[in-house]
Amino acid sequence: MALLIQSGKAISREGDQMPIVEPSASETLSTVSTPMVSSSPVIERVYRHRLPVRISHWLNVPFLIILIMSGLQIFNAHPALYWGDRSDRDQALLAIRPVQSESGEVKGITTILGHQFDTTGVLGYSDDMRRGFPAWATIPSAKWLAMGRQWHLFFAWLFVINGLIFTAYAFASRHATRDLTPTGKDFRGIGKSLRDHLLLQHPSGKESKQYNVLQKLAYATVLFIVAPLIVLTGLAMSPTVDTAFPWILTILGGRQAARTIHFVACFSFVGFIVIHVLQVILTGFFNNIRSMVTGWFLVQHKGVRHEV
Amino acid sequence: MKSERAMERRRFLKGTLGAASLVALSGCDNLTQSSWFPSILSKAERWTETVQRAVTPKDALAKEYGVADISKIFPANGNTDPGTEQYAEHVARSFSGWMLEVVGLVQVPRSWSLAALKELPARTQITRHDCVEGWSAIGKWTGIPVGDLMRQVEPLPNARYAVFHCADVDDEGIAYYESIAVADCYHPQTILAYELNSAPLDVSHGAPLRLRFERQLGYKQAKYVMKIELVESLAGIGGGKGGYWEDQGYEWYAGI
Repeated sequence: MALLIQSGKAISREGDQMPIVEPSASETLSTVSTPMVSSSPVIERVYRHRLPVRISHWLNVPFLIILIMSGLQIFNAHPALYWGDRSDRDQALLAIRPVQSESGEVKGITTILGHQFDTTGVLGYSDDMRRGFPAWATIPSAKWLAMGRQWHLFFAWLFVINGLIFTAYAFASRHATRDLTPTGKDFRGIGKSLRDHLLLQHPSGKESKQYNVLQKLAYATVLFIVAPLIVLTGLAMSPTVDTAFPWILTILGGRQAARTIHFVACFSFVGFIVIHVLQVILTGFFNNIRSMVTGWFLVQHKGVRHEV
Repeated sequence: MKSERAMERRRFLKGTLGAASLVALSGCDNLTQSSWFPSILSKAERWTETVQRAVTPKDALAKEYGVADISKIFPANGNTDPGTEQYAEHVARSFSGWMLEVVGLVQVPRSWSLAALKELPARTQITRHDCVEGWSAIGKWTGIPVGDLMRQVEPLPNARYAVFHCADVDDEGIAYYESIAVADCYHPQTILAYELNSAPLDVSHGAPLRLRFERQLGYKQAKYVMKIELVESLAGIGGGKGGYWEDQGYEWYAGI
């Protein structure tokens, strides 16, 4: 909030001295700001996110939340995961189940690769109900497989259509290659970037105009590996799709393996979303949100205290 | 000053996110309960059917497995015993009096005793059963291709659906039934099975006859089949959605 207010003042004070920079020219124009008085903040407006990217991004917010939560509803119908084609109960990689003790008390027990965890209250048994994931994590909140499937399969279509349009745009506009693909130079700086991230030190000034190497890797992985994988594994659970394209199950390791990968990919999305939102908050919440809404991102250049 | 502001900001965000997720959740439940929203969601079924039928060759076979792949335990889901007096009598007489009728929009309505069906050329297939709940089991099924029966009864041109009427009723007395497209009856793997893993079907798996419709989910695999009725429209049968589970909100097209 502080940054926004300060930037707002800066804009009104500096008026048309503010360099407004188009994305293609943003590299070269950053030097324009140097002659400014050192005591006043030098703030550059950068057009960071183009409209198709913004639309696609915000559509994915409800789509992904709905897909994850309705997916957990579907998972709850059989809260166990396996490898291969069969679901042999004694071969489960993960199983969530309610267990009643002799005293009559019910516990939620989660077994992962043979290790048991008491997950009462969250997994297996929550709010006096025997269910895999709790009511607050599923759509609908009550146990209702048929309705969970309706939500999931409808929004899966929208997610796929949105993804295809984004992909076409990202490659046609060279957004994918220019902004999301790490360069050799990026990779050489990966150690420093890792250290900066762990210390919560974020790039400012000119550096903040491009995605850093970990950012590029995270976005590229989610967009071009996790998202296609979650669609492919989702399709692989369809007996009709398996009939038309038998190779899909061959490469994935079986129908239950596909279901397991689908689940892991889902939680990769959850992990990405948590870190992504955290980073958005840590690196200037309102500046980031504005840039994803309007496209315009404010960059503070040297001579200005970064911390507010 | 910084930390104070940061704390304020954090509190604000926490409150906002918490409220937003609550609103979102109850909003979704409200949409689910509304009269109009689920009918929008159900449009996806048509998209899925159209695309899947377009990309799947008509006679493409579901994968057939080897004997080594067969599940040790093949779970029995849904009704595991029709529980009616008539059915109990059939069990007592080892289904010797069981008849399969094929009626409706056909040139030649016919019925077969179980013994007569077993005289017909059979097909054996080791296939994977994918339950809508998420589990899969592999079993070896032997039975009569439904297409062979269709060729004998000669469906009329306006016959669109084959409705499988079953012997089981649920706790509320609602009879179980299921339906598939008449065109899908001619798929080589669409069979009425009387054996599972080389033994006569047991009661829990649908004795004496159950449908195997391998390219769709488990709930389409009707058990305890007594009658196949060919119809032009599903309206007026059961709840009108084409099957017991369909009437409960599951998709008629169960390809995914």
